[in-house]
Amino acid sequence: MAQTLSRTPVSGTATSTPAKRKPFLLDLYSTAVGKKYVMAITGIAMIGFVIVHMLGNLKLYQGASATGIYPIDTYAEWLATLLYPAVPKYGVLWLARIGLLTAAVLHVHAAYGLTVMNRRARPVRYQSSRDYQVANFASRTMRWTGVIVLLFLFWHIADLTLGWVNPGFIYGDVQMNVVNSLSRVPVALFYIVANIALGIHLFHGTWSLFQSMGWNNPRFNSWRRGLAAAVATVIVVGNVSFPIAIMTGVVTYNP
Amino acid sequence: MSTKLTNLKLKIWRQAGPDDAGRFETYEIPEISDEASFLEMLDILNERLIEQGDEAIVFDHDCREGICGTCSLMINGQAHGPQRASATCQLHMRTFNSGDEIVIEPWRARAFPIIKDLMVDRAAFDRIVESGGFISAPTGGAPDANLTPIPKPVADAAMDAAACIGCGACVAACPNGAASLFTSAKLSHLNRLPQGQAERFRRTEAMVDTMDDYFGSCTNHGECQAACPKEISIDMIALMNSDYRKAKFKNRKNLSRI
Ligand code: FES
Repeated sequence: MAQTLSRTPVSGTATSTPAKRKPFLLDLYSTAVGKKYVMAITGIAMIGFVIVHMLGNLKLYQGASATGIYPIDTYAEWLATLLYPAVPKYGVLWLARIGLLTAAVLHVHAAYGLTVMNRRARPVRYQSSRDYQVANFASRTMRWTGVIVLLFLFWHIADLTLGWVNPGFIYGDVQMNVVNSLSRVPVALFYIVANIALGIHLFHGTWSLFQSMGWNNPRFNSWRRGLAAAVATVIVVGNVSFPIAIMTGVVTYNP
Repeated sequence: MSTKLTNLKLKIWRQAGPDDAGRFETYEIPEISDEASFLEMLDILNERLIEQGDEAIVFDHDCREGICGTCSLMINGQAHGPQRASATCQLHMRTFNSGDEIVIEPWRARAFPIIKDLMVDRAAFDRIVESGGFISAPTGGAPDANLTPIPKPVADAAMDAAACIGCGACVAACPNGAASLFTSAKLSHLNRLPQGQAERFRRTEAMVDTMDDYFGSCTNHGECQAACPKEISIDMIALMNSDYRKAKFKNRKNLSRI
């Protein structure tokens, strides 16, 4: 034992030197596994949001009521005044926005940190081509699909929340804004591509988060892949249906 | 009846030392028995090289029966070659066909620097094990057999983890150069057993932190499990991830009591 312990340091270079003691949560976040927990937890929050967002958008299909009011506009109004008057108008909405923004920033930051770490772990690539056995398209393109979704997110907020790139945008007239925006073919195509990327991202992410969190139990292990496929399918089918419905005139806006 | 394979073309990574750039070199194998093991094929090639006055190809090997974890080799882009659940030393030439081109590369990871040709230094694994891969047991009179009852499923699960031979195929196969499968196997083999409980959380934190110093991080591709000659499951990684969280919280609590 003594002999083993007094062995000279390995010739392989340690990729980082042990840091000083940090506050607990920061210390946990500074580790790779800690970052994976953050990826998983923020991922769950964002999956939840994406599902609710898609379900809410299904109201696009309801069309105008007899009085000419679109249910999705009413829904948006309801979201903005949730818990009013106990909570000021937009209160709950902003709380959710701040929460989601934090989740997104942490998710990207952790992903960036882990990517840098992984790049460093193999500075010299394999010189012959690899023959992957089980790594699938989704798992190997996480960084790319993630970046596509992130870029789309910027566009999407500028388009349908802020109206910067949506001429004639009126805050609160959701049906009009959405129909106007997605009637533009390039925008609709970008929307479709981004949502397919999102689906691919979620297919690996939903499965992967169970492993990262260590939620592993023979009782449900076989369900994890199925759940991931279901989440990805529901999101892609739901979200991609909107631009198609608008371009084919199923969903319309009549002032 | 043994048959012969003919006209094999080998592309083998040659590198004079850690700092050499290295390159692929091509060797012809005109004829070889399909009963030869992969490493025997390399032995035969080496004998020929030595006779010609060339330098033999350096590669790691020891037991040649799949239990020591010394052999390595990335064969045609797969760690330990195309045959599942076996190490390179258990691979035979019958897996290949006449006229095949076989590309042989060393493991590649920052923590596994190349010593020469196909041989790498896997001492980073020793650093991980040293940091916690042991139990404290009183020495003295040998305890009675079966003194500590262990439920059969627990013993089996620990045994599955203990099958790890530390060859490094998981790191080699991982697109991220992560050592999660190795570390989690070493952890689960001790963490599941009653004898391993005393140091369970200290061990988990120490070993995972040491792993972080050398290797990449897991993104759950599952390549390690497919490459592992002992078919160790990525379920071990999930166990490690959940134990690490418990360890972080428990160790913090214990530290604050000192
Ligand atoms: S030489 Fe021992 S496992 Fe291959």
